[in-house]
Amino acid sequence: MFFGKVIGTIWATRKEESLHSFKLQFVQPLDAKQKPVGSPIVAVDTVGAGPGEIVFYITAREAVIPLPVEMAPVDASIVGIVDRIDLQKA
Amino acid sequence: MFLGKVVGTVWATRKDEELVGMKLQIVKHIDLDYKLKDTFVVAVDSVQAGVGDVVLVTSGSSARQTALTKNRPVDAIIIAVVDKLDIVVKT
Repeated sequence: MFFGKVIGTIWATRKEESLHSFKLQFVQPLDAKQKPVGSPIVAVDTVGAGPGEIVFYITAREAVIPLPVEMAPVDASIVGIVDRIDLQKA
Repeated sequence: MFLGKVVGTVWATRKDEELVGMKLQIVKHIDLDYKLKDTFVVAVDSVQAGVGDVVLVTSGSSARQTALTKNRPVDAIIIAVVDKLDIVVKT
């Protein structure tokens, strides 16, 4: 799982059948200190996160598990909205 | 998934027979201002995207999660043609 910040939304009418009911959000991956790292990705939002919120998301085939369909070509899904992060000094 | 732009098509007659009938498009990564990056992938097109279309590509084994690509040697698939990007938060 990875941290990310929701920075926007994608609108696409022409898409794979199985994706029709899903919201596609733009997520900027963050490190543990909430600094941007790497380039933004697109993830299916299963928890209704809003723009600016810190979320955590899962990638690869596991990203299909929270979705209400058997098969879907999805490699990233937001699965939680972060309330607080307690980071011990490493 | 990542954001890309279709920049071309791959035609190959001699190929793995599991790939017969699949359209192979060349998709370059783009940044949030649509500027082309230098990395690209060859992706199976399942939504009839045209050259110049901004698209979404799924990578890895999730790319085999469609009726078209199930159990086939495919690790990248175009899953949507993007109509609009709403970037709300500047990073």
